[in-house]
Amino acid sequence: MSKVLMKGNEAIAKAAIYAGCKAYFGYPITPQNEITEYMAKYMALSKGVFVQAESEIAAINMVYGAAGAGVRTMTSSSSPGIALKQEGISYCAGAELPAVIVSVSRGGPGLGNILPAQSDYNQATRGGGNGDYKVFVLSPNGVQEATDMVRHAFYLADKYRNPVMVLADGMIGQMMEPVELNIEPLETIEKPWAADGNLERGYRNIINSLYLNSKPLEEHNHVLNAKYLEWEANEVMVDYYQCEDATVLLVAYGTPSRIVKSAVNKLRAEGIKAGLLRPKTLYPFPSKEISALCPQVEFVLSAELSMGQMVQDVRLAVNGQVPVYFYGRTGGVVFEDKEIVDAVKSHLGGVK
Amino acid sequence: MSVVFKKTRGLTDTPLSYCPGCTHGIIHRLVAECLDELGILDQTIAIASVGCSVMSYEYFNCDSIQAGHGRAPAVATGAKRVHPDKIVFTYQGDGDLASIGTAEIVHAAHRGENITVIFVNNAIYGMTGGQMAPTTLVNQVTTTSPFGRDVSLQGEPIRMSELISTIPGASYVERVMAADPISVRKAKAAIKKGFERQMNKGGFSMIEILSSCNIGWGKNPSDSLKYIKNEMAAYFPLGVYKDKEKPV
Amino acid sequence: MKGRVTFAEDTCKGCGLCVEFCPKHILTLDTTRINSIGYNPAYCLDQENCIACAFCALMCPDSVITVERIDV
Repeated sequence: MSKVLMKGNEAIAKAAIYAGCKAYFGYPITPQNEITEYMAKYMALSKGVFVQAESEIAAINMVYGAAGAGVRTMTSSSSPGIALKQEGISYCAGAELPAVIVSVSRGGPGLGNILPAQSDYNQATRGGGNGDYKVFVLSPNGVQEATDMVRHAFYLADKYRNPVMVLADGMIGQMMEPVELNIEPLETIEKPWAADGNLERGYRNIINSLYLNSKPLEEHNHVLNAKYLEWEANEVMVDYYQCEDATVLLVAYGTPSRIVKSAVNKLRAEGIKAGLLRPKTLYPFPSKEISALCPQVEFVLSAELSMGQMVQDVRLAVNGQVPVYFYGRTGGVVFEDKEIVDAVKSHLGGVK
Repeated sequence: MSVVFKKTRGLTDTPLSYCPGCTHGIIHRLVAECLDELGILDQTIAIASVGCSVMSYEYFNCDSIQAGHGRAPAVATGAKRVHPDKIVFTYQGDGDLASIGTAEIVHAAHRGENITVIFVNNAIYGMTGGQMAPTTLVNQVTTTSPFGRDVSLQGEPIRMSELISTIPGASYVERVMAADPISVRKAKAAIKKGFERQMNKGGFSMIEILSSCNIGWGKNPSDSLKYIKNEMAAYFPLGVYKDKEKPV
Repeated sequence: MKGRVTFAEDTCKGCGLCVEFCPKHILTLDTTRINSIGYNPAYCLDQENCIACAFCALMCPDSVITVERIDV
């Protein structure tokens, strides 16, 4: 398929349909409405299921029901709507259900605004639902990568029987970029565990996260945790830019990472050997990869469109080897590369 | 010798964990009997809710999905939309359906989801220790209405069958009770009709069954059933509130 | 027509609803002993007068009772 110019939200929805998503449940919220609208039209045309639910809570619960019945399904929303979905996401994780959740994040907290931000890093990676669980979090840097990650999300969700989030931002949702969609059907897998009402299989299937007694619940938590350890060992994705000889490490993700890349170029032009490590998976976080670069750098700077969320994971990864600094703008303000250059320069030559 | 009555295969062998004399036991049995008698047990997905019946998936002898509190109609929507030829039903109490789940039940009815809702109304939150429910009667004493339900502070009990019947998407809404053998038989007929409505793709049905909570009400099983018949049925009149099979 | 009722005694919770609704008043709870789950189980005092109406089974929340009709 050749490259076409597509709006991020629409490309995300189209990629999901090519990835075999058969049921979409969503609720209108800016800046992701084109996903819901695209699905309203094209789910019908591709003989899938589309429901505009009464709320984001209802939508995630419809996802839970469809996933429990063994069907590839997704929902999408933005920050305040993702907040509403936390209970349902915890239930999906506890019941081990594959589900893809696309978050097109915006400024917060509360109603915030509808401009792009990265202040949902904690919401995505720590989760606001109850219990010990993790959501696999992928974060694209543009429309093309968003489509690739949506497809990868369905693959991971089915493979690990877990909710997977694609954490985009309002910029990706709204801008148009050239995209080459992968139109190969994503392999379907057997789901012998699904409660799809087919008792000819000879046994009942129950989808459940309730374990009344302590030992079974502890064992269940270990089963879940084993998945997360496997992710940490095998599923981390990261992008390196000019890191081989870097003496200053920048860490940034999502669309702002493209601005940071530009800052790296500007710093290099001035003789400062900056490098950018871009996490593509926010959970599992590339802790080992960041730690491995510490011996060669003077400091690490985390640049985010927030008040400082990913920087905490960076600090944990760095583990005291070198200073860790933070630069951020938020509320929908997007930093310019010049700001990042100035921030790096301000830290050169010692602790400030 | 011919068998007039034996335990239905719609129920598993697991002993029910409900209190002695609890009408949940009767209603579970009625639902299970209907599924078996209609020949749909092996194509059914039961959506369990949260309340005393949280573990209903242990008892209904079919596939089951446990839903969060109030969310069962949304979970049922997800399952039914992707498997329209399977039978999907929810089994919900009054806290689940009429409090936290009001949006979900209204909108499932509003969209005309082809599911069957079994609404067990015993005017109290049994599982959590006897708190006031949206359907608790005026002046009824519960742990969160210790001086009796006060209309000026807590409103009057909500009548869900009446409410749901005003929604165009609702196809069949009936209120019955499980208070004695005759009313139990009538309740079974209503439940069966609700499943038949789904089998005929006739749309959304809800059967509200006035039920008891011996422990929560502080009454023995026999007195509880009299309370249903005399007090509850007076405020929640029995009858068919909507019966309009949607054109297939 | 006569009937016969049998009780799966160890699932009976002694709630007494079968006793109350039996129109022939032939059921009772055995208060002299408890079953394996700790309740006074129900049983039939007077099998001869059973009419196989199954009201007892209709009201039993725990499917304890099986009702048979003896064809004469």
